[in-house]
Amino acid sequence: MNIHEYQGKEILRQYGVSVPNGRVAFTVDEAVEAAKELGTDVVVVKAQIHAGGRGKAGGVKVAKNLDEARTYAEEILGKTLVTHQTGPSGKEVKRLLIEEGCDITKEYYIGLVLDRATNSVVLMASEEGGTEIEEVAEKTPEKIFKEVIDPVVGLTGFQARRIAFNINIPASLINKASKLMVNLYTAFVEKDCSIAEINPLVVTGDGNVMALDAKLNFDDNAIYRHKDIAEYRDLDEEDAKEIEASKHGLSYISLDGNIGCMVNGAGLAMATMDIIKHYMGDPANFLDVGGGATEEKVKEAFKIILSDQKVKGIFVNIFGGIMKCDIIATGVVAAAKELGLDVPLVVRLEGTNVDLGKKILKESGLNITAAESMADGAQKIVSLVG
Amino acid sequence: MSVYINKDTKVIVQGITGSTALFHTKQMLEYGTKIVGGVTPGKGGTEAEGVPVFNTVSEAVTETGANASVIYVPAPFAADAILEAVDAELDLVICITEHIPVLDMVKVKRYMQGKKTRLIGPNCPGVISPEECKIGIMPGYIHKKGHVGVVSRSGTLTYEAVHQLSQAGIGQSSAVGIGGDPVNGTDFIDVLKAFNEDPETHAVIMIGEIGGTAEEEAAIWVKENMTKPVVGFIGGRTAPAGKRMGHAGAIISGGKGTADEKIRVMNECGIKVAETPSVMGETLISVLKEKDMYEPCKTH
Repeated sequence: MNIHEYQGKEILRQYGVSVPNGRVAFTVDEAVEAAKELGTDVVVVKAQIHAGGRGKAGGVKVAKNLDEARTYAEEILGKTLVTHQTGPSGKEVKRLLIEEGCDITKEYYIGLVLDRATNSVVLMASEEGGTEIEEVAEKTPEKIFKEVIDPVVGLTGFQARRIAFNINIPASLINKASKLMVNLYTAFVEKDCSIAEINPLVVTGDGNVMALDAKLNFDDNAIYRHKDIAEYRDLDEEDAKEIEASKHGLSYISLDGNIGCMVNGAGLAMATMDIIKHYMGDPANFLDVGGGATEEKVKEAFKIILSDQKVKGIFVNIFGGIMKCDIIATGVVAAAKELGLDVPLVVRLEGTNVDLGKKILKESGLNITAAESMADGAQKIVSLVG
Repeated sequence: MSVYINKDTKVIVQGITGSTALFHTKQMLEYGTKIVGGVTPGKGGTEAEGVPVFNTVSEAVTETGANASVIYVPAPFAADAILEAVDAELDLVICITEHIPVLDMVKVKRYMQGKKTRLIGPNCPGVISPEECKIGIMPGYIHKKGHVGVVSRSGTLTYEAVHQLSQAGIGQSSAVGIGGDPVNGTDFIDVLKAFNEDPETHAVIMIGEIGGTAEEEAAIWVKENMTKPVVGFIGGRTAPAGKRMGHAGAIISGGKGTADEKIRVMNECGIKVAETPSVMGETLISVLKEKDMYEPCKTH
């Protein structure tokens, strides 16, 4: 789960990670009020969307007085920002972070991520702040330093200091910087983050070390134990169909094509998209109904697929293991009857209780095309959709 | 022969009194798996599907002589269930549960260092050695005993591959689902090693998906060490970057973890990669024929 920068900074503040003073604003008036309250000569007006690259897209502006703050707030609020992470349609700005300006001496990068190779959380840091870490990794990999963190002892003081020295934090600020890193790690672990990236981390003219930006992502599987994080969810940032799907425990992702897919298992769902493309079709979505799907859940999945106006046909591809074919079949029949199916439907069933499932489909009297294999099913739906 | 499990494996079911566990305990017993007991804290002394239920794993192991366990415990408690099985010194723990918080698994991995237990999963379909032992949730009837090993990050794609093989008359030595999570107990290389050492396994199908670099590392290991032919498939060729495709581990980030890159490395390492998921079996058969191994692999 993603959250906004200002929310990330609220969390960091709780953990003693130094961040600039700031206020969130939903309207231009609130933005000006926030700037007044901050009382600094310079404020920064920052667009709050769940995507990076805001600065380059014109979503971050430095205002030297209240009038400028108002002008920039008017300009950015309601604007659709297109960055390398938003996709071509961009994202509309509905919230602003108004933050005090700060006297930056130098920018750095620090980030905590889960490293699959070591099965551990790794602290990464670089002297090249402000640049994307992927770019640094490609062009100057020698400038990235890493510390693998033992989950038993956590990020140790010496590791944090070693990183601070390696990225050339001024000697007088080593302790401040390493303290910040240890606090960031504590936040990461206690809140079940999947990513905690500070880019840039800055050293200021008055001898402070602070997080000027904060990108915190959370492990979806751990949200159940963090009610406070769950409340940060911003539904405006998500696809309406994906929200509806997640309410029913379905894993759904919108795509651009016209063939709706309902599959069990993430691997098979991906492979189903692949094979549709192979036969020159175009999937409208990724949808994994999961292992423990009920008849009700299958029906909801169908509703979501059919709510997509682009869908011209549906391919149901099920290989039952934990999932039983008869449950899928009953759900499909119930959904088709209730929703009035007016697009072609191809169903391929295999696995646990397959004969029972096939029987239910056959006896339903519905116009369902049966497929013998996933290749057969993909070919059939592609030709039916035309 | 087979890898990890066989007709002598004695299994306990952790979380046996839950509805999913009960259903699959019954299926496993019907398949012939030696389920010797179950564990649900607070339900010790009762019975489930005709096997005794215990309060703790160590008690179950002492009483039944089990050497393996399978976990169906809900995600918030699953990491603890794994720790309990490791503490009881079982040889093998297979964790079916999905949605375990990843930082829980980081701790589990650390705890397991230097311990004898092998963990398979979490978020996996389990392991089957056809006609001997089935531990997990896979439909038993699609499998045939034979000489091809199957290893996969995806449950349903494992079934797909097995089904294609069986239909073509090619049996399997074992099918191992390693699970779709970023931190798991057993990786591709562990399973490939086991298949390489298993005299009954003549060839292997390895099924990967987008995200991480485990497939690339496994391919390089195959090139350097594997004496048996390996074919592959990678799911998610058409997945958009930056989106997590169902599995917690299936995400393309910063251009890393793409299907094309994995397929390129696998091809370079001598692993023939199936063009579509429906020709995994055919691809293996074509390689077996090339190497004059087709007849010995056929199930009669």
